[in-house]
Amino acid sequence: MAIQVDLETAPTQTGMRRVAIDPVSRVEGHGKVTILLDADDRVHQVRLHIVEFRGFEKFVQGRPFWELPVMVQRLCGICPVSHHLAAAKALDIVVGATRLTPTAEKIRRLMHYGQILQSHALHFFHLASPDLLFGFDSPLEKRNIVGVAAEYPDIARKGVLLRRFGQEVIRVTAGKRIHGTGAIPGGVNKAVAKEDRDLLLADAYRMIGWSREAVELVKRLHFANVGLYNSFGAFRSNMLSLVAPDGSLDLYHGGFRARDEAGEILFDHVDYSHYWDQITEEVKPWSYMKFPYLKALGPEQGWYKVGPLVRVQNCDQIPTPFADAERREFVDFGGGQPIHATLAYHWARMIEMLFAAEEIKDLLHDDDLLAGELVTGGTRARRGVGVIEAPRGTLIHHYRLNAHDQVMRANLIVSTTHNNHAMNQAIRQVAKRYLDGRTVTEGLLNHIEVAIRAFDPCLSCATHALGQMPLEVELVDAAGARVDALARHGDGTIERCAG
Amino acid sequence: MTPTRLVVLAWGNESRGDDGLGPAFLAAAEALADPPGLATTFVGDFQLQPEHAVDLDGVDLALFVDASRTAPAPFGFRRVEPERSATFTTHGLSPGAVLDAFAATFGRAPPAAFELAIPGASFELGEPLRERARMCLDAALAFYAGLRRDASVAAWQRAAAPGAAVASGRH
Repeated sequence: MAIQVDLETAPTQTGMRRVAIDPVSRVEGHGKVTILLDADDRVHQVRLHIVEFRGFEKFVQGRPFWELPVMVQRLCGICPVSHHLAAAKALDIVVGATRLTPTAEKIRRLMHYGQILQSHALHFFHLASPDLLFGFDSPLEKRNIVGVAAEYPDIARKGVLLRRFGQEVIRVTAGKRIHGTGAIPGGVNKAVAKEDRDLLLADAYRMIGWSREAVELVKRLHFANVGLYNSFGAFRSNMLSLVAPDGSLDLYHGGFRARDEAGEILFDHVDYSHYWDQITEEVKPWSYMKFPYLKALGPEQGWYKVGPLVRVQNCDQIPTPFADAERREFVDFGGGQPIHATLAYHWARMIEMLFAAEEIKDLLHDDDLLAGELVTGGTRARRGVGVIEAPRGTLIHHYRLNAHDQVMRANLIVSTTHNNHAMNQAIRQVAKRYLDGRTVTEGLLNHIEVAIRAFDPCLSCATHALGQMPLEVELVDAAGARVDALARHGDGTIERCAG
Repeated sequence: MTPTRLVVLAWGNESRGDDGLGPAFLAAAEALADPPGLATTFVGDFQLQPEHAVDLDGVDLALFVDASRTAPAPFGFRRVEPERSATFTTHGLSPGAVLDAFAATFGRAPPAAFELAIPGASFELGEPLRERARMCLDAALAFYAGLRRDASVAAWQRAAAPGAAVASGRH
């Protein structure tokens, strides 16, 4: 296996210059990229620092388990529904609900695909499309959603309305747009009202149409600059996701399937309730975030990526017709080899958005949503594991309870953590290509941002006071002196700071 | 007489210390009965997002309320104009960016909008609101009560004017 593993090969930092990219975003909290250069100014090492979920275990410790599905939504303002459902799935095991009622499972699935749709729409239309439509080096004042609205007003409008539709699906199934209570241990707390179902159905077909257009758009962009798209931040790696028992794409439930970088299956249909038999985490002294890897391969060879790019290739088929046709075209584009291009995440993400739109339509036509048993149960347990394919990738919730039904221990492995090593690799490839000399250029920042964005990372969790700076870049020499620094403020202005 | 249609959008995470200022404001404001001539709707969320542009449709006046790391104590109040923001990875938008999303979505100018920024200092998971943040929240709510008594663009514009006592919370 030829996976590149030299992120950590710098024997010493002596003689290296450090480039620090330190975004203090008002939304995602604190992220930082450190690029260590050798004495010849070549990129030797890259470190993406992310502060994420610190204090979570303490936050939930001692709480009664039935509070968790609501409580965990406060961990992340970006994908609260994913945490809501992953926690509920873990607690299904605790209450002995090994198989949900048809009504409960379908309502949860509808909720989940609403989340997938709105999250993917937000990412593509409001985050990625400005980069992709205008180019990575286009002026910042143009490279944003307003620029898209000015030149492509239809795209911007559809992005907003797709996102809104997804939020409405969540409201109908979870009870409200935030702090939803829909999923509870063992099922759901209410059926879908017929008038709500009819309201959503009235728009569902339009959403499928717009999602198909989005796939066409992202394909067109990929094909228009295929050399760049195929090579930018590209790296080969193992891949991990859930798949359904028949190998289909299923973002709500399934067993683990892992492939190596050549696409060969490493393990398949593995029950996730003992995920620690397959996945373990490495701690590194410079990062708050852990580095998961496939246990059998070890930390150097076993790291992997997750998320849309993996999922559409890891499955054997997609169970909805339009999305499956797009999947086949995507796989054919790889010519028999897995696609590892970082920018292909966007293409795969839009295929998943189309799948979500089709799934929502199919579920809305199912009358099980409107009535039926809501909750089930069985033999109680003190431990529960829930896994779901969240918009950004695999999400694991694991809880242990004491005799009083209070949380004793909790462990979460979120999508961004699974992709930790992979994101470092992508940034490293970009830095090697675009860093030139001792100057931190705006172009370098732009390109590193584009690489990170492709993974759609959640850099922190839902704290967002007004007035923080989105991005700062600093160049520090081997002696620790700052030789260059570049700051991008929230209003888009760039400030070069003296060394 | 048609009442003035006001939407109050407040956001934040009540499990993250002073980030809960927005939700706390919303909870208190929702409990108030509308005075004659005013019809208020309330929208709460973890973060401000593009689809909140839809919540601005059909209203005369919008008020964005959030915790702020830089607002003066006990609060800041200003007019918000459409703006181009430069967020690093998305996901939350500024009020000005939501106004721009409104224009993109509906093809017309957004309603007049103002921002009420309440200073916060600590945003760690599991923390409650700090005492100082509570005091600022109370002042902001008292100010909001005054805004409701004359909910017109002109009156709010005067309140937000540089030097206006209320614009920086000195009331």
